[in-house]
Amino acid sequence: MWDYTDKVNEHFRNPHNVGKVEDPSGVGEVGSLACGDALKLMFKLDDEGRISEAKFQTFGCASAIASSSALTDMILGKTLKEAEEITNKDIADYLGGLPKQKVHCSVMGREALEAAIYNYRTGEKWDKALEGEVVCHCFGVTDKEIEKVVRENHVTTVEQLTDACKAGGGCGNCIPQLEAIITRMNADDVPSEEKPMTNLQKIHLIEDVIDREIRPALRQDGGDLELVDVAGDTVKVRFRGACAGCVVSQVTLKDVVEARLKDNVSQNIIVEEVK
Amino acid sequence: MKTVYVDNNATTQIADEVREAMLPFLTELWGNPSSMHVFGGQIKKYVETAREQVAELIGAADPQEITFTSCGSESNNLAIRGGAEAMDKPPHVITSKVEHAAVSGPCHYLEDRGFRLTKLGVDKLGRLDVETLQREVKAGRSLTSIMWANNETGMIFPVGLIGEMVHEFGGIFHADAVQAVGKIPMNVSELPIDMLSLSGHKIHAPKGVGALYIRRGTKVKPLILGGHQERGRRAGTENVPYIVGLGVACNLASKHMDEENVRVKAMRDRLEAGLLKSCHGARLNGAPAERLPNTSNISFDYIEGEAILLMLDDKGICASTGSACASGSLEPSHVLRAMQVEGMSVHGSIRFSLSTYNTEADIDAILIELPKIVQRLRELSPFVS
Repeated sequence: MWDYTDKVNEHFRNPHNVGKVEDPSGVGEVGSLACGDALKLMFKLDDEGRISEAKFQTFGCASAIASSSALTDMILGKTLKEAEEITNKDIADYLGGLPKQKVHCSVMGREALEAAIYNYRTGEKWDKALEGEVVCHCFGVTDKEIEKVVRENHVTTVEQLTDACKAGGGCGNCIPQLEAIITRMNADDVPSEEKPMTNLQKIHLIEDVIDREIRPALRQDGGDLELVDVAGDTVKVRFRGACAGCVVSQVTLKDVVEARLKDNVSQNIIVEEVK
Repeated sequence: MKTVYVDNNATTQIADEVREAMLPFLTELWGNPSSMHVFGGQIKKYVETAREQVAELIGAADPQEITFTSCGSESNNLAIRGGAEAMDKPPHVITSKVEHAAVSGPCHYLEDRGFRLTKLGVDKLGRLDVETLQREVKAGRSLTSIMWANNETGMIFPVGLIGEMVHEFGGIFHADAVQAVGKIPMNVSELPIDMLSLSGHKIHAPKGVGALYIRRGTKVKPLILGGHQERGRRAGTENVPYIVGLGVACNLASKHMDEENVRVKAMRDRLEAGLLKSCHGARLNGAPAERLPNTSNISFDYIEGEAILLMLDDKGICASTGSACASGSLEPSHVLRAMQVEGMSVHGSIRFSLSTYNTEADIDAILIELPKIVQRLRELSPFVS
């Protein structure tokens, strides 16, 4: 059972602006039957260049229908320049928020708007492939879309990205690429002094965290560990003292060593034990 | 507004007889069946009566072959993990692509620990690929776990045939019968089934109780250790009120199943025929004659299941859907995908599952409301001109 806001329920049950615009200025079609949701948005401009009519047809769940209805309300009376400013987050906010797994419905709204404006300006049918390279083949999501979604929604994990645009939600083969895009986008965001670490800096930081945060805890129980190798995000360690023969050393490895390194160095760190 | 509940494969109403039978064990009869004193010790006979009632419904030769658990999922875990780990050599684990997560979960758990796992497919009508099974069972001793009936489509699998194939090569066969028990007659003592799972809340007992049939001689390593209860197969003080409830629910099913099935099936068939006739672009998922009498899974082309479900809910009608959007995953039902249901239909599936408590008026209500909802959503859909 989804916890939809009253506004979502209202727009789902009594959607505004359903149907087709006669002689439209722009038409945007996104999504597909196979993906489980699709939206066709049509608008008409008046003499002053404002959207005088906007209508939609949607195949999808309650929040997809509500997002489409909200979008048409939001763009009415706006110039294209003003309409272009609308982000998926604006659509979700207009509805009082969406469950996190449903954020992609608002993204579909924003995409349909882009597609319709593109159609008005070029006379061509908007095609995702024009906008970059498809990364997630299950849901046909391109790198450009992913970048936009990461930027507009402050995405830091693949899970958040999947909620927002479905990328990675099918077979999962593209997840390493998605991680790379998220890491790159977030790295671009941070001030220059926080640019990605060199491997040497990373090793120093790992040693530092082990010394400060991990070793003292292990020593309390008569144990210790040494850093054996760092290869990319994989950190190899060897347990010493009481830890070496301890039956719960695997728990220590994941819940203490890996957890501390994830917190202090990088979320991508994986710790492995070398016997 | 009257609630029309047609989601009985999810859970069922507790029968009055079941609740009444449970109450004394929530009031005066609260002793521990393992106690030496009479106050507690007298409780044991009620647990044993329940064991006999469960055994009778499924046709077990000996009530001691019944182990009470906390739910169907626990029964499946005990059978699959406990069964595989009790075998001399790690078995080849065989299951299907359309199992409930409570079976696929423990199967994947075993796969992660180095067991070989094979998942059988189904055809477009949801029938199990027994040819592949025949090939796969030869590759060494197997632990095969296949559901007796599918929760989403109601498709009944040929457990007798499956069990024979598995046994021919020395394997063990577990049937997840959570959806089949109480809906179709069964006699496990005469079938090549080594273990069988069932759940209380699917047959008008409360949630929180299940059972696993373990044929005499089948080895199972317990999951819960630390007590002698259930002959060491499942430690923990018996959940007496619920076990008693499960027993009574089984007894009710033994007594009334045959006649009730005729009535339930007639209602299901009327609902199905009515919807397929009145809703353009509606199609049945599954092979019509090979299904449980209570289940109907229908796809409505070009519209989406969650939207249908919420509009039904507004009318007090409770059903379920295999749509991706309703579950929070992005992929639609694994069962319908395994059946290769087409894109325009796979997101718009609705499952109706009836019980003895449904009435003809319930069917009338659905037949009045659903075609209007389908029409309304089609008007919104960009794929319908």
